[in-house]
Amino acid sequence: MNHTGALVSARGLTKIYEGPPEHVAVGGIDFDVRRGEAFGFLGPNGAGKSTTMRMIGCVSPRSGGELTILGHDAARDRRTIKARLGSVPQDDTLDTELTVEENILIYGRYFGLRRDVIRERTDRLLEFARLTDKRASRVQDLSGGMRRRLTIARSLVNEPDLLLLDEPTTGLDPQARHLLWERLFRLKQDGVTLILTTHYMDEAEQLCDRLAVMDGGRIVAHGSPRELIERYVTREVLELRFPLDRHEQAAEKARGIGERIEVLPDRLLCYTSDGEAALEEAGRRGLDPLTALVRRSGLEDVFLTLTGRTLIE
Amino acid sequence: MSAAVLVERNLMIYKHTWYVLLAEIFEPILYLLSIGVGIGVLVGSVTGVTGGSPVRYAAFVAPALLATAAMNGAMNETTFLMFGKLKTDRTYESMLATPLSERDVALGEIAWAVLRGTLVSLAFLAVITALGLVESPWAILVVPGAALIAFAFATAGVVVVTFLRDWQDMQYIQLVMLPMFLFATTFYPLSVYPRPVQLVVQWLPLYQSIELLRNPALGVLSPRILVAAVYLAAMGALCLTVAVRRLGRTLAA
Ligand SMILES: Nc1ncnc2c1ncn2[C@@H]1O[C@H](COP(=O)(O)OP(=O)(O)OP(=O)(O)O)[C@@H](O)[C@H]1O
Ligand SMILES: [Mg+2]
Repeated sequence: MNHTGALVSARGLTKIYEGPPEHVAVGGIDFDVRRGEAFGFLGPNGAGKSTTMRMIGCVSPRSGGELTILGHDAARDRRTIKARLGSVPQDDTLDTELTVEENILIYGRYFGLRRDVIRERTDRLLEFARLTDKRASRVQDLSGGMRRRLTIARSLVNEPDLLLLDEPTTGLDPQARHLLWERLFRLKQDGVTLILTTHYMDEAEQLCDRLAVMDGGRIVAHGSPRELIERYVTREVLELRFPLDRHEQAAEKARGIGERIEVLPDRLLCYTSDGEAALEEAGRRGLDPLTALVRRSGLEDVFLTLTGRTLIE
Repeated sequence: MSAAVLVERNLMIYKHTWYVLLAEIFEPILYLLSIGVGIGVLVGSVTGVTGGSPVRYAAFVAPALLATAAMNGAMNETTFLMFGKLKTDRTYESMLATPLSERDVALGEIAWAVLRGTLVSLAFLAVITALGLVESPWAILVVPGAALIAFAFATAGVVVVTFLRDWQDMQYIQLVMLPMFLFATTFYPLSVYPRPVQLVVQWLPLYQSIELLRNPALGVLSPRILVAAVYLAAMGALCLTVAVRRLGRTLAA
């Protein structure tokens, strides 16, 4: 363990994809992941989340900076580190010609586990992923969501200390998502440290103890979901929607309501500590919105404030 | 040896798709029957290969087809199939997330390709033995010979695959392999060519592979067997070094 007591520690971590054209995918980021926590990378497409995850997974070599995982240098002790990692890549890379059971078996063999050990764990993993009745099915016959669940189950075959999940719930239906959250929560309670990426604000809020918000290969903010919301946005938001032809004019009129106005293509957001008061003020100014909604601020607003863009376009 | 688990994976997969290997034995059998036996009726026998007695044409062609089977069996695995795993299935990505290294992947896939090439040629050897086309007990040397051929071409295949950009590039491999198959003394002896052409043909890896198998299959224990073995071992060793380095770099992006 290094001096910070972190399970994963990055300083100036950089990834440059050699061109042409040369591309800086991760531009010098610092973060620490503590033992037993769930740490999330939140950011839009192309922010560098997957690249960062692949460097932590010792799959992609870093171009610069320092990266220590489980007390080892990521470049020097890859085999040692990887033996203790579980990894769920963004795109499923299952063996589609093999059955569900065989996929877990061969993956366990990559870790040098004995066949009987793997067989014994397989029952539990299939149970975990709710794939017990698909045990002998070929992967090519599974639905996308089932494959995702198998990828996650497979990543646990070596009983990892650190689990890397790159967009784990993309492609899952709401029920499967909530089930997975619950399972991940249980893993965390068993002492597994989780690092995940997501586009989903609710996922980040539900699962992550701490977040790093990424944009353009950099970390633009980090902290717990609550801290981020308190630090970067007001308590409430008033959302106003106008007919498109009156949108700009209304934005002009609304200026000065609340602490800050954010003009989106389809609506106005007024950040304020008191949404109802802001709504009254809007009425006094003669604004006549199609719809008006007062809500609590969330991570989406943090992201908008930090980057000037919505996360999901 | 953690690379051995790659062989394990392939065995697991071929348990489902074993008929692919069967199809691979089918091709040399077709050549053997159409050209070796069919055209053999017109040709009769070939003289001047064994030094003494003439050889039935089918028995002359059979070991060359065996060498070709070993070559194709190994090379299909490391060109066509490996390219698919690299670009389409991204099979290796999931392996590299485990303690396996790029080197393990390269060595493991080559080991499997050698095994596959050898297995295919063994099956074909059984066929030609059953047809009575094996002339000498020295034909047993064909087994390690086929493994050596598979090794040389498996490693060469990996080197080639690291240069391919897309599926169209696969055509270039065919562009080299087909003429080599037709002209590397598969269907007639080297003496057919004028001397300058002979010098070129003798450098072809398939020519050396055929020499390696045809001589013992016909019961000729010539030093040419040794020359061919050294040639193929050197080619394999060189390609192995380059293959491990280049594939390692391709995988660690
Ligand atoms: N193998 C590669 N070669 C070249 N550039 C790459 C490669 N992989 C990613 N990139 C580039 O690096 C940047 C970051 O990509 P990355 O996949 O890390 O983003 P991400 O945050 O995971 O996005 P998403 O939400 O879409 O998954 C992108 O601009 C991408 O085009
Ligand atoms: Mg990604």
